[in-house]
Formats: sequence, structure tokens, C-alpha cells
Amino acid sequence: MSILIDRNTPVIVQGITGKMARFHTADMVKYGTNVVGGVVPGKGGMEVEGLPVFDTVAEAVEKTGAEASLVFVPPPFAADSIMEAADAGIKYCVCITDGIPAQDMIQVKRYMYRYPKEKRMVLTGPNCAGTISPGKALLGIMPGHIYLQGNVGIVGRSGTLGYEAAAQLKAHGIGVSTSVGIGGDPINGSSFKDILQRFEEDDDTHVICMIGEIGGPQEAEAAAYIKDHVKKPVVAYVAGLTAPKGRTMGHAGAIISAFGESASEKVEILSAAGVTVAPNPAVIGDTIAKVMKEAA
Amino acid sequence: MRSTVEPAVGLQDFQCRQIAFKLGIDPALTQSMVRTLQGCYRAFREHDATMVEINPLVVTGDSRILALDAKMTFDDNALFRHPHISELRDKSQEDPRESRAADRGLSYVGLEGNIGCIVNGAGLAMATMDTIKLAGGEPANFLDIGGGATPERVAKAFRLVMSDDNVQAVLVNIFAGINRCDWVAEGVVQALREVQVNVPVIVRLAGTNVEEGQKILAKSGLPIIRATTLMEAAERSVQAWQSDSIGEPKLRAVK
Repeated sequence: MSILIDRNTPVIVQGITGKMARFHTADMVKYGTNVVGGVVPGKGGMEVEGLPVFDTVAEAVEKTGAEASLVFVPPPFAADSIMEAADAGIKYCVCITDGIPAQDMIQVKRYMYRYPKEKRMVLTGPNCAGTISPGKALLGIMPGHIYLQGNVGIVGRSGTLGYEAAAQLKAHGIGVSTSVGIGGDPINGSSFKDILQRFEEDDDTHVICMIGEIGGPQEAEAAAYIKDHVKKPVVAYVAGLTAPKGRTMGHAGAIISAFGESASEKVEILSAAGVTVAPNPAVIGDTIAKVMKEAA
Repeated sequence: MRSTVEPAVGLQDFQCRQIAFKLGIDPALTQSMVRTLQGCYRAFREHDATMVEINPLVVTGDSRILALDAKMTFDDNALFRHPHISELRDKSQEDPRESRAADRGLSYVGLEGNIGCIVNGAGLAMATMDTIKLAGGEPANFLDIGGGATPERVAKAFRLVMSDDNVQAVLVNIFAGINRCDWVAEGVVQALREVQVNVPVIVRLAGTNVEEGQKILAKSGLPIIRATTLMEAAERSVQAWQSDSIGEPKLRAVK
């Protein structure tokens, strides 16, 4: 098993006619992802990369049996597209779009509470690189070849820093069960805690790698959760030790605005919860290799 | 005192009254306080604010509630629907390097060091800064050139980083997912031909099409210092900066 997606998960791409969406749809198909179609309002009946395009997500679900969706829709319309996916019965949605207004995401979160927890769509992102279960399926924009199949679960706010970790693991011959990008926005679909819970329950995941950064309370929440509920070893890295206070560092959510939001404070909180913290980004792979050796 | 707003229905009057009573405001002024708080909430919602702060808020001798000063911050991602707020931008209050970056659609934060950074992805950009520091250097800036970085974007990034007089070496660290290393390499080559870069340039590429990218850099004949890992890139940047600043530019040669 892996979490969130596997080889058979039928996937649709919302906004499939865009240049980036086309490029990555082709890449996902090549990787082996079961992409079954796309959605662009007003472009139903078209074909992209040999896949059928539908006007609505509901129609795409009805005709293709899609269970997962990848959102490439531009920022002003992306929140609407996520809610459309939730309404159409999509089980898992990844939103790649960067630049969605925070208040739009507040509405999305509130809208999703319409559904009872067991029927509620799982959302990761926005502003993320996606999710990959190596050797099985890729739902996002990451370069698939940097991930080996294996037993480390990766969860992180940053896309490229997640790639960095995967590449370091590959250099050690260590593989990944699933890598999940939760995105760099202040209001996101799933938190570290949500994904940690899934990794803890996943038989294929033996070690969890968590990549955090400055800003927001999510790393501290994760630390509290790990302390009480996670038995698997967790290795973390927190980016932004050199980041100044009060400045937004690229990601809308990466800003130190309250107590406990700096990298050094997060490192302290995570260490106190029993997490092994990699002291710098160049040794994430080494640290995981060491932890795996000790656990074996 | 903390009161949580349910976004579906907005701030309720009872919440405002609770706040007014807890603040110890004269009960005769409760309604007036409710109006003030509801006004703050409306300003927050309608303008896509991320913060509305009134400080100080006073009760006057003739029993009126007045905001003597206020501060608001706005969600950059929502400015597209608030052109009137974008117009309030005052460039004279900004770091000129950051103004130039914002005008070019690049995410940049100026710092005090002298190793310029050009990186894709915010997390990797922060990690790159952290690694430079660890290797004994100081980063001159945070710069995320974003996904889908075209050669034009890389050239822009070089111009921006080189406009900072403190920069004595430039580290380009690209892990390509959306963008491909060959694009990035072309951008670097193009930029180094167009922009006058008189400091050592260290390039680390990884990810999609990395071999093609490396080939483009090697074939260019430009004095680019290449690195394969993050640590190596940071160490070579610090080395290049140190030897360059003491007049030993031999590290500029292609490795």
C-alpha cells in the first residue's frame, strides 16, 4: 500500500487545456498514472493528449469513474474548481495553483464541512507540487525519476525542497512510499498532522520525513500529534534559519509573525517531541539513513 | 481575548458585545462598540485584508468611540480584485531591490550578506540560504524564480541580483520539476552573455533533463563553477567569494 493514490486510482485534470496542464498530463500518463480525462468548462467534447475533456467534474466522474483530481486552474477560479470537485464526489484532490486568495481558501474549507468526515474529499495543496507513490502513480508536477520506490513517507510544504530530500534518499538507495506536498499557503487542505496520521497507518511506510519551514502553527501541531500518536520514527528539517522576521519568504505562508513560528523554535518543539531533526538541508538523506539503520 | 469568527455567517453581534463587556467599556457604549468591531470585520472581509489593527482606540470625553490610528495588511494574492489597494503602493517606502523584483514578478527579499541566490521554490531558496550560512558565508538575498522559469526569467533574476552592490558571488540552485534544467541552463548562459556579471557564478542543477543542462553550461565556454549537491554548491560559493575577494580569481575557471 501507499497513501492517497496508487496504480489504479482514476485521475482527471481540471484545467487540462492549459500549457502547463498539458505538459504534466503527458508526463503523468508516461509515469503510469491512470489519467482518464480532463475538465474545462465550455470545452467538453475536445480531446487533450488523447483524453476526453468534459464541461463539468460531475460529468467527468459519471463517464470515467474518476476518483482523484488535479487542479491546474488559474488563481481567481481555482477555489471554485476545488469545490466543484468536492461536490462531484471526487475522493482526493491535489491543487497545484499558486496565488489563491486566502479568503477563497477559507470558503473552500468551510464548504467541505458540508460533507460528513467519511465522505469528505481530501484536499492537498494549494501551491504544492503534488503527490507521488513512486512506481505506482504521480499526481502532480514533480520529476518522477528522482524517487525510488520504498518505505519512507515524505510530507512537506515546499515542492523543490521535497525533491531535494527524495534525491538525497535516492543517492543512499533509499526509496519512498508516498511523497505528499501540502503546499506553501497559510490555509491549506491537509496539514502535516493529517498526513502523518495516514503514514502512521500505512504498512508500507516505516519512517516519516517531514519538511517544514518558518511561519504558521502546523509544525507545532504536528509535534504534539507525533508525541502522543506516532510510533514510527520521524525525521524533520525546518527551512528558514536565516530568514528575517516579519517578511514573506516566497510562500504566502512562510512568514514569522508569532511566537513559535521561527525555524529555531520549530526545531526545538519538534526535538522535544522526539523527532530527529536534520541540522541542515544537505544531510536530510544522511539523517534518514542513520535513523533507518538504528530502527533495523 | 480571542473570539473565533465562523466564516459562513461572519462576525456576530453577540461576539462584539462579549468583547465590549470584557474590555470594560461603559455599557451605554456597547452598541457603538459593536458597530466599530463590525466595521473592522467588514473592512477585513471586503478588502481581502490579512490584518486590521486599531491602536489606539479611545473613548472620548463626550462618549464616542474613536480609532485614532489603524494599520491594515492585505493579501497579495487577492490584489487582482482590489486595484484601488494596489494603487496605494508607495515605492519610496520599499527596498529598491524589492520594488524592482516585484515589478518583474519575482519573489525577492533583500538581506545583508554578499552571496547572491537564484533558486526555484521558496523552501529550497530558504534551505539554500541556510546552507550558505552553514558553509561560512552570508546570503545577500532570498529569490524564488518560481516554477516554469524561462530563460528570460533567469536573465531577469541575474540583473536583479547583480543590481545589489554587495553581491560578490552568485549561486544558482535549480531543482527542476515544472521547469527543465536545459531551459535553466540556457537562461544562465543567455544572462551571462547579456548581463555584466563580474563575480564568480556557481551553478547547481538537478532534476529533469539535468544532463542536457550540464552540457549547455559546459559548451558555453563561460567561466561557470558547477556543483552537483547542495552542500558542494554552498561550499564552492563561499570558496569562490573568499578567493575572489582576496584577488585570486582562479576558481572562476570552468571545472
